[in-house]
Amino acid sequence: MKQLNYIKMEFPAKSVNEGFARAAAAAFAAQLDPTMEQLGDIRTAVSEAVTNAIVHAYPDTVGQVQMRLRILEGEQLEIMVRDKGRGIPDVKKAMEPMFSTGGEERSGMGFTIMSSFMDGLRVRSAVGRGTTVTMRKRIQTKAGA
Amino acid sequence: MKVLSSYQDGRLTLYLKGELDHHEAAAALRKISRTVDDYLPRDCVVDMGELSFMDSSGIALILKISRLMAETGGRAWVANAKNQPLKVLDASGIDRVIQISAAARS
Repeated sequence: MKQLNYIKMEFPAKSVNEGFARAAAAAFAAQLDPTMEQLGDIRTAVSEAVTNAIVHAYPDTVGQVQMRLRILEGEQLEIMVRDKGRGIPDVKKAMEPMFSTGGEERSGMGFTIMSSFMDGLRVRSAVGRGTTVTMRKRIQTKAGA
Repeated sequence: MKVLSSYQDGRLTLYLKGELDHHEAAAALRKISRTVDDYLPRDCVVDMGELSFMDSSGIALILKISRLMAETGGRAWVANAKNQPLKVLDASGIDRVIQISAAARS
């Protein structure tokens, strides 16, 4: 699928960057002229993916989180969030609703929400090498809606 | 984000304002736990009327409030949720655990 535009960014896995990441994603997605609801969906999914990397990937260090957004042909927005942290031993288990290895401020609903707010979700992970979450959403323009 | 509270006749209302994410959740939870312990209310209303964003951290926060209230025989519910926070509440299925009242949709 042809790539029409993209951004890449990298930031340390600090929770203060969660708000920045979703604001940056929303600002980039704005060129597709999304509805308020679609923008909310994008901000939510980015918040979940980036929070997962911050909470789970680097338990003892502050590693790096990469985020890449692409606009693809057919009004598709692709969001990739990647870390080089400890990885997820069982991705299928991690994606089950209410499953969490986080503290009491985590609900285990992150992947469920990413999946329901986006049109596609793929999680690839290798223990000790990191995790890549890729999500896609079709942004129908307001004019065509 | 900000958490403001008011108490009257056994009912504690918590007003959540701004954006609730993982970065904000731990401090909000500490503040809410202290407030609930101080008043030991019969009812606790989580008012989301001025919450502009929340992710699944908000779900964890509500579940914790619900548990805190159940420990002392009280009950909790969510009021005035709208837009993006309401959509997250709907997607999580949390309405099986706690009552959600939506704001009038504009």
